[in-house]
Amino acid sequence: MIHSRIVRNPIAPSEVLARVGHPEDGAVLLFLGVVRDHADGRSVTGMRYECYEEMAEEVLAEIAGEAALRLGTDRLAVVHRVGELAIGETSVAIAVSSPHRGEGYDASRFVIEEIKKRLPVWKHEHYADGASAWVEGTVPPGTGGA
Amino acid sequence: MALSVQTLFFAAYRDLLGTSTLDVELPEGASVSDLVVTLRARGAPFDALPEEPAVAVNRSYAPMGRSLAEGDEVAFIPPVAGG
Repeated sequence: MIHSRIVRNPIAPSEVLARVGHPEDGAVLLFLGVVRDHADGRSVTGMRYECYEEMAEEVLAEIAGEAALRLGTDRLAVVHRVGELAIGETSVAIAVSSPHRGEGYDASRFVIEEIKKRLPVWKHEHYADGASAWVEGTVPPGTGGA
Repeated sequence: MALSVQTLFFAAYRDLLGTSTLDVELPEGASVSDLVVTLRARGAPFDALPEEPAVAVNRSYAPMGRSLAEGDEVAFIPPVAGG
């Protein structure tokens, strides 16, 4: 079962991992995106993620569906968290399983790259000096002047 | 004839405009591009919106030429930064 969800509570990676796996599968992958403590040479103390929730749920489901075609199985789970996150907390978790590793790596990579291209999510970084700013992002394909 | 759309502003655009939603009246047959021109013509701070922003109409990304219909939800999407 393909699983995709935007959540506000902390992500438990083991629960995301538990959604995939099958006797036919010889490869199981878990990718975690976590909040790091620096950006462009500045010290970061935390991050606030915002989203266009209704659309983000739809786009994440679309990305998961496209990734499953690459994976060749429906054993794919992706969870993206929004809200206030501390350094080291998981913002995104992607689990996949497939008979062989190639398709798994390909599908997992596809999910994170597409999230960065088109998921309507924004992050506001808090810096050690008390300042904060929206992280520069990517213009989604098929829009505006893109 | 006129049509009314609901615009949504997120993240940096919301901060810029000081509002997250606005109802806008447009002439029949108006496109996303016409909506952007109409908003920017209001002057500051609306004129700081990009001339060709990314938008989603009814939760799907749409090009500037997309025609709008009564009741459409048009979201202005700043460059995205998920992950």
